[in-house]
Amino acid sequence: MSRVLDIEGLTVGFETGGRRFDAVREVDLALDGGEVLALVGESGSGKSVTALAVMGLLPEVAEITAGTIRFEDRDLARLGEAEMAAVRGARIGLIFQEPMTSLNPTMRVGPQVAEVLRLHKRAGAAAARRAVEELFALVRIPDPAARYDDFPHQMSGGMRQRVVIALALACRPALLIADEPTTALDVTTQAQILELFRDLQREIGQATILITHDLAVVAETAHRVAVMYAGRIVEESASEALFAGALHPYTRGLLRSIPVVRTGPAAGHPRRLVEIPGTVPPPWDLPQGCAFAPRCPRASARCRAERPPLMPFDGGRRAACWHPHVEREDAA
Amino acid sequence: MIRFLGQRLVTIPFVALGVVTILFFIFKAVPGDPAALAAGATATQAEIEATRVRLGLDQPLVVQYVNHVLGVFVGDFGYSTTFRGNPLPHILARVPATLELAGAAIALTILVGIPAGIAAASAHNRWPDVAISLTVIGLLAVPNFWIGMLLIAFLSVQWGLLPSFGNAGPLALVIPSLALAARLIALVARMTRGIVIEELRKDYVRTARAKGMRRGAILVRHVLRNVMIPTVTIIGLQTGYLLGGSVVIERLSAWPGIGDLLLTGVSNRDFALVQGITLVFVVGFLLINLIVEVLYRFINPRLRYA
Repeated sequence: MSRVLDIEGLTVGFETGGRRFDAVREVDLALDGGEVLALVGESGSGKSVTALAVMGLLPEVAEITAGTIRFEDRDLARLGEAEMAAVRGARIGLIFQEPMTSLNPTMRVGPQVAEVLRLHKRAGAAAARRAVEELFALVRIPDPAARYDDFPHQMSGGMRQRVVIALALACRPALLIADEPTTALDVTTQAQILELFRDLQREIGQATILITHDLAVVAETAHRVAVMYAGRIVEESASEALFAGALHPYTRGLLRSIPVVRTGPAAGHPRRLVEIPGTVPPPWDLPQGCAFAPRCPRASARCRAERPPLMPFDGGRRAACWHPHVEREDAA
Repeated sequence: MIRFLGQRLVTIPFVALGVVTILFFIFKAVPGDPAALAAGATATQAEIEATRVRLGLDQPLVVQYVNHVLGVFVGDFGYSTTFRGNPLPHILARVPATLELAGAAIALTILVGIPAGIAAASAHNRWPDVAISLTVIGLLAVPNFWIGMLLIAFLSVQWGLLPSFGNAGPLALVIPSLALAARLIALVARMTRGIVIEELRKDYVRTARAKGMRRGAILVRHVLRNVMIPTVTIIGLQTGYLLGGSVVIERLSAWPGIGDLLLTGVSNRDFALVQGITLVFVVGFLLINLIVEVLYRFINPRLRYA
């Protein structure tokens, strides 16, 4: 399948309160058409900053200091604001975490979606309205023609998130970035929105970056997973391979910290939930070697002295660890 | 909406009754003999006593109060020594001039204050923001009559561009409305700046940027609506200040409004006139607040169905 997005060596620097630090360091990511890549990590791991860098929506205190973001034959990292604005909403759609606040409270929802069509597709008022009603039907909003004139406060969180999804997909973008799209929703609604996601993925076939800290969401949705820790990718592999046996001790830790309900003949004692001891180090105060070493049960003197690069493993997997959960010929 | 309007309109006579009552007893406590004032400086003791009986001032306090309240509600505001009779027609004759001045000041506030605040916010911490913010602090620190005097000194006396007094023609409106609005413009500019900066950080602005909208379009199409909600409230609340300010400014530029008339009433110790004007101010303030509440519902869709 064709390559949609190719990020190489992306580094994003911040300067706040007299401090200079990198929130994202030398990130390499590639995404093919129709593929769903999950970007997983704790808060502060750099996953949202990576997404904002792709969208050109970094806060003013941040800038891309190194690397390229190749998308549709252009390097987004070098595009000016006007060119980037033409890409945003048209070729790349973005879904935010907070459906309660990501729509304008003083505007009816229909026109808010129509706006993006009128902007990029130069659609007339009547055509835009028809297109929006079709989009509302596509994201399974009941009675689309009536909901067009609703204000956001008249809708539930799940319905609002459907509006935001319709907005992001309105121009049929080649790439969709969804930043924690279900986190703010209640569990039942989460399941519905995830199902909608999977259906739309099949129907439209856009490439998707799904940013989440919820591995249960990953298991249900993503083809491939990249795990981020302290601004770097520490492991990347196909979804099934990751859940079958993660290479990096951090990924193992994340997997152990989510509850799994087992049913059927294999159901036994519920597994104990284990949390990872300690916290993510702040990006301006990273240890010299592997950033995870202070919290890692397998850490050695080498881990504390020397940072492991992202190394290839069989099955197209990659991991940045000196002591991965696998036997390798050259591993010590 | 109709029910809401009805409810608010019904409360106005009750507030007015309270104001009439308070004013009545305040003026009873003011030193000086109203009968002597009404009879004139050269009146004999017998003439003063005759005036007292004629005005009903010899009656017990409760009877005077009831007569006064009943009078006010049928439009009889008592005996004005300035006009030698009911001051109401004279007050009402001057209302349009004050409305004209206050309306011009509010229009200036909206047309200058809001854009200035938006300009400052979108240039946050750069030189236009600093320039606007310093001007705002200057305007807030200076009393309005001094601004009026400066405007007269330069615009009319020094450069002869505008008339300095009276209300002949639209040019005469410029100096008094500027002087009256200066403080309000500054206040609204400062508030608007803060609100816009806050709104620009909100998620819906990020959504609009993710749609590919440019900053200017986001300001006009998305932020402005949300800014109008608190701004209308501020302007509404400040109209009380505007009415008070008109007293000084109208005297300064000889504007024939009720503020100017109030000062006349005070210097003549004309109790009926001062009471009447105060009541007109209060009712005016209540009506303006009602208009603001209606506007507020119109701008803020979250209140419309409440």
